[in-house]
Amino acid sequence: MNLQVRTTREGRFLLAALDGELDHHSAEYVRGTLDWEVDQQRGTLLILDLGGLAFMDSSGLGVILGRYRKIKSQGGEMAIANVPRGVDKVVQIAGLHKVMHVYRTSQEALREMKGGLS
Amino acid sequence: MFENEMNLNFLSLSENESFARIAVAAFVAQLDPTLEEINEVKTAVSEAVTNSIIHGYPHTNGFIYLNCKIKGDRMELAISDQGCGILDIKEAKQPLFTTRPDLERSGMGFTIMESFVDEIQVESAEGNGTTVRLIKRFKTAKRAIHSGV
Repeated sequence: MNLQVRTTREGRFLLAALDGELDHHSAEYVRGTLDWEVDQQRGTLLILDLGGLAFMDSSGLGVILGRYRKIKSQGGEMAIANVPRGVDKVVQIAGLHKVMHVYRTSQEALREMKGGLS
Repeated sequence: MFENEMNLNFLSLSENESFARIAVAAFVAQLDPTLEEINEVKTAVSEAVTNSIIHGYPHTNGFIYLNCKIKGDRMELAISDQGCGILDIKEAKQPLFTTRPDLERSGMGFTIMESFVDEIQVESAEGNGTTVRLIKRFKTAKRAIHSGV
């Protein structure tokens, strides 16, 4: 598999960092890994860190939007962070920033989302 | 005018998506493209090959045929399958349109291809496969050609 998912939990927050290439081939693995984590706690607040992605196509958009719908339906929230330059054009074309928050870093996402809870 | 050409045939396995985009990226590297241009080519190839795998051959594995020509500062790429074909090309090219929401397809494949190349042509007939032709001009190509790279 040319993609790795690293996850860290902090209460309701789930930080997931993707490393490698997110395409149709690796999408199923990402979907399964994230869904398993999200299902561990209802109302998960997911920060998806894309900083390690060397490649992403529309299959990656499908995974991101699919997780967003799932998490929102369970009363949670999701944001993406650290979008690499090579992936940004795909993110912009899809208008992901109109659907969910896009933060410069995971730390900024965590700070802002924690602020939104208080 | 500098010309070059290559052909690849491979099975419609998802493992071959990265193989196809890396092979095309390596081939057009002789035009001395920018990282952004290489990334655009890789993404467009990945979209077309993924379409053939998911929509062309949904229930079987078939061959995907990739022909890449370099003509001066231009890349002419044809990605073909002999699969199901597209019922309505105009509809398939609409942003967010997908026949496979069950697979969480975003419906953005053709929109991304159109954004990342200069020209796109789609030929398809139901039951007779699909050919996607992608044409892209490289801004840096003249420098590479003149310097004999």
